[in-house]
Amino acid sequence: MHPSKFWDKDKKEGQVKSPFSVRQLVAAPGMWVSTCVGAAANPSTSTFSSLSTPAREVYGLSLFVLAITGMIFFSVSCLLVYALVHFRARPDDETEPPQVFGSVNIELAWTIIPILTLVVLFLGTARVLFSIQDARKPASALDVTVVGHQFWWEFRYPQYNVVTANELHLPLSSAEAQQPTFMKLTSADVMHSFWVPQLAGKTDLLPNRVNEMWIDPLKPGLYLGQCAQFCGIEHAKMLLRIYVDEPEQFKNWIAEQQQKQPEIKDQQAADEGQPNPKIDERQSPLPPNSPATRINTANESAVVPQGTNAHDGQLVFEHQACINCHTVAGTIADGRFGPDLTHLMSRSTLAAGVVSNTPDQLNAWISAPDKIKPGSLMPNMHLTDRQNAQITAYLLTLK
Amino acid sequence: MDTPIIPVAGGMEAGLDRTPATAGRGTYLETLHSWVVTVDHKRLGMLYIGLALLFLLVGGFEVLLIRIQLFVPHNTFVSAGTFNRMFTMHGTTMVFLVGMPILFGFGNYLVPLMIGARDMAFPRLNAFSFWISAFGGLLLYYSFIGGVGLFGTGSAPDVAWFAYAPLTERAFSPGHSVDYWAVAIFASGIGSIGTSINIIATAFSMRCKGMTLMRMPLLPWLYVTTSFLVLLAVGPLTAAQAMLLIDRYLGGHFFDTQAGGSAILWAHFFWIFGHPEVYVLVLPPFGFANEIIPVFSRKAIFGYPAMMAASVGIGFVSLTVWAHHMFTIGMTSFGNLFFTLSTMVVSIPTGIKTFNWLATIWGGKVRFETPMLFSIAFLFQWVIAGLTGIMLSVSPWNWQLHNSYFVVAHFHYVLVGAILFMIFAAFYYWYPKMTGRMLNERLGKWHFWLMVIGFHMTFDVMHFPGLLGMPRQIFTYEPDRGWTTLNQIVSVGALFQAIATLVFVYNLIDSYFHGDTAGPDPWDAWTLEWSTPSPPPVYNFAVDPEVASRRPLWDLKHPEDPDGPYE
Amino acid sequence: MSTIPMQHVDNDAAWSLPSRGVVAMACLITGESAIFSIFVVAYLYYIGRDVTGPTPQQVLEVPIFGTVCLLSSSFFIWLAERAIEHSKMKAFTLWWSVTVLLGIIFLTDTGVEWHKLIFHDHLTISTNLFGTTFYSLVGLHATHVVVGLLMMLIVLAFSLTRRVHPEHAERVKVLAMYWHFVDGVWVVVFTVVYLVGR
Repeated sequence: MHPSKFWDKDKKEGQVKSPFSVRQLVAAPGMWVSTCVGAAANPSTSTFSSLSTPAREVYGLSLFVLAITGMIFFSVSCLLVYALVHFRARPDDETEPPQVFGSVNIELAWTIIPILTLVVLFLGTARVLFSIQDARKPASALDVTVVGHQFWWEFRYPQYNVVTANELHLPLSSAEAQQPTFMKLTSADVMHSFWVPQLAGKTDLLPNRVNEMWIDPLKPGLYLGQCAQFCGIEHAKMLLRIYVDEPEQFKNWIAEQQQKQPEIKDQQAADEGQPNPKIDERQSPLPPNSPATRINTANESAVVPQGTNAHDGQLVFEHQACINCHTVAGTIADGRFGPDLTHLMSRSTLAAGVVSNTPDQLNAWISAPDKIKPGSLMPNMHLTDRQNAQITAYLLTLK
Repeated sequence: MDTPIIPVAGGMEAGLDRTPATAGRGTYLETLHSWVVTVDHKRLGMLYIGLALLFLLVGGFEVLLIRIQLFVPHNTFVSAGTFNRMFTMHGTTMVFLVGMPILFGFGNYLVPLMIGARDMAFPRLNAFSFWISAFGGLLLYYSFIGGVGLFGTGSAPDVAWFAYAPLTERAFSPGHSVDYWAVAIFASGIGSIGTSINIIATAFSMRCKGMTLMRMPLLPWLYVTTSFLVLLAVGPLTAAQAMLLIDRYLGGHFFDTQAGGSAILWAHFFWIFGHPEVYVLVLPPFGFANEIIPVFSRKAIFGYPAMMAASVGIGFVSLTVWAHHMFTIGMTSFGNLFFTLSTMVVSIPTGIKTFNWLATIWGGKVRFETPMLFSIAFLFQWVIAGLTGIMLSVSPWNWQLHNSYFVVAHFHYVLVGAILFMIFAAFYYWYPKMTGRMLNERLGKWHFWLMVIGFHMTFDVMHFPGLLGMPRQIFTYEPDRGWTTLNQIVSVGALFQAIATLVFVYNLIDSYFHGDTAGPDPWDAWTLEWSTPSPPPVYNFAVDPEVASRRPLWDLKHPEDPDGPYE
Repeated sequence: MSTIPMQHVDNDAAWSLPSRGVVAMACLITGESAIFSIFVVAYLYYIGRDVTGPTPQQVLEVPIFGTVCLLSSSFFIWLAERAIEHSKMKAFTLWWSVTVLLGIIFLTDTGVEWHKLIFHDHLTISTNLFGTTFYSLVGLHATHVVVGLLMMLIVLAFSLTRRVHPEHAERVKVLAMYWHFVDGVWVVVFTVVYLVGR
């Protein structure tokens, strides 16, 4: 197999001339602190705004192909236009032109020249194909497993025992500290496809099969994508958010995600909306893009009235069917059918990017998922408003 | 063009249709009956064309609903479920109920006439093939009524036109939408195979005296190649659909991943059908171009042997490229490389054909009546379509472009920009032969320009949302992606095309009653169909023709310069 | 105007075209081969991928007798074709009957095999991948045998009532082509299922 050269050479940043994103993403880190939830500095899904090596390689190849095909189009069109204008029938001319039946030389010429052009095109393609698809995996690589579901994404970090959903955090891979992410992709049900244009081309997720891809994000920030293989009724609403963190931030995020949640025994502590005591023990700051840094609005939300008890919420959660589908690590909830909720509040959106993760939306979602994402496989449990408020209060503690 | 006076052996009366004018046209019921029981290839051809035109309007209506829904992000014009049925039905209808029937219709009509035969080899098989195709169409549309009825769009298929497994397995599609898709297309596939057998048998076994295979016009050649492709390609689809039905109803496990079955196998089987299928759709329009462009350039087709070889070559190579629809599915790098290569290889014979058309025009005396206008647009648009196809064949770039609107733009460039435009050209060219009337030239030009404007407004622009990351088959999209304005332009273009099509349909109907009378040979052409009256009598030729070159009528009109010595 | 004879064609030598029946049957065979190929590919792909259930090695017995009958029927139908070409109608009827009989024996043999598989080994089309692909492929072939036999029985009925004459040789040849095809497919199916797959 063709060994990859990418992990050895010095990487030069900002070489790609893209009209869309360079300026914006340079400003990104500052924007994270202020906006936190969701829409950061104008992230793009343009395939021309490439911020990872596979995407860059493809972009370069695409320019090469465009140049060749552009030349072909231009020359053929010129000839055609010329022929139509110059050889148009003059009015009142009823004679027939000389009948020419063919010419071996001309026909050979326009067979051989295209063959040569294609050889060039093919060789250029082969080079990029092997360098992306058969790249060797360095020891420093991060492993991520992606499992597609109807209609959400499951992400697992086997090296860290972390499971999350819909929003993927990845470390920056810079020239000094190369840490590409090597992903294994599969599906729990039907075919899906993982597509984040700025980072790489898409790779399909198939049941009973493991596909592989890799990316090395070159700039921190938020990257957007969505499922790109029709997978059922809500295919359009299976969105992707990839947060690329500086290495330190990523380590902190991992550490936070590795924390387990308690069975809430202390009703007092829950009433005051205290965050998880295990989190308090940590010294290092939370990643700036974690929504946990924002003000806890639980008590101020009209939806979750004052005094609604997260403990009661956990009881409702654990006695209704929720735990059949969802996992909250550290508690008895260990269902695998739906997204892992252990650190639900560390995500900025719900339902695979469909609504933002605010208490109102969270309550609306668990009360009636079929209104927000009809066709989603989470059923409407027809609980009372009070039960839904309690569950919301509990979920709000899952930071 | 003036109709030249063609001397008739045995006097002018020898070849005339002798049905007395007082013969009476029969009651409406008798006329209808004669159409229903017909085995005449000309009538069956027109029935196929009529069926296809009907479904063209229906499929067009479906796409208008799609384009309205996509006009703004988060639109609620139709629900997700309805939208998914719309794009599935639009694709399925256009490929199986418009594309195939209309091309088989023209083939049915023209192939016997062009080879000097009186009918197809198997007239009753011909009729059966038509009616089972029509039944398939009816069954597919009957699905709208099942389930929750019309506005909930019932059980209409909603799994995309390629119906990937395991989405189509019972576990994920519990209703009947998949069943309607599988059975209806199965039925129409039988019709396609029947017609293909007929066309090949006719072309090989029914040619008139003197017409060796190398003297057969290129249109029958293209139809023979197409028919071979159908024989090799429709079988795999039929097999895959049978497997799917076995899974759904007999507990089979072909695509049941829980039992070890494979989703990728369906993809291979479908595209082993699906890729040759699109060549099935494009080769007959190449055939039309091979007949129309020479006549309107007043020159013989440049390089007949190369054209014939290239056409057959395209047929063969198209059987080896199917997995370029699957570059992202996880094949090995060598697998991806092979299919990149084979896809690029198919552009060689295709390029040869394009250059030969250019060389036919070169040195000619080009006339710009409506058939030629559509053919010229076809040439430009075909070049672009082929080039975006080359772009898609570059597998690493394909990893970005696959399943995005770039692909949708590419294949509509082929299907509409090349195929439909050439079908329109064929209508303007052969309608006089079929009905005895000329289509209105002024309306033709309106049709043409509206179509060109609408087509480019929609499909040129459509490449860009794809390049900006917009996947296909999504019922709505996010407002912050930068796709909104582009989608709006695309939708407006669709409206232009709809209006153009309505102008065309009006032209078809109005010209039948009020069009100028067309003689046997309004375009001063050279193949055998132009030596019969318009419309031809049921027996086609009063006397079996004999030919000595590829352009028998040219030989007659230019006895001082016949083609014989040259080719 | 209707058409006119052009300059007299100098190839007065016989203008012969292939028989449309033969061409059509060749086309049908092509199309059917494409269908069978897909079932064969599925069978080959799924060898060894069963998650449960009986495996081919455990339950399949090579149907030698039935295979010999079916393949030899190709020889007898060839004899029948030769007979009708030489206008020997009694011989034709004889060889044709033998062919039909051998075909029926083959089907019976298949039926016995399936009976054993279903009731003794509990292998059905829904048991596992092997069951699905086996019954589909062998069943598709058996269906083609049935259709062929029905056509041949009709010809046999005509032949016994002396309605078949030497001028029908070409039509008989077309049907014989189909029968040879069915036998050819069996060679492939037999190899894939009973040799490669076990």
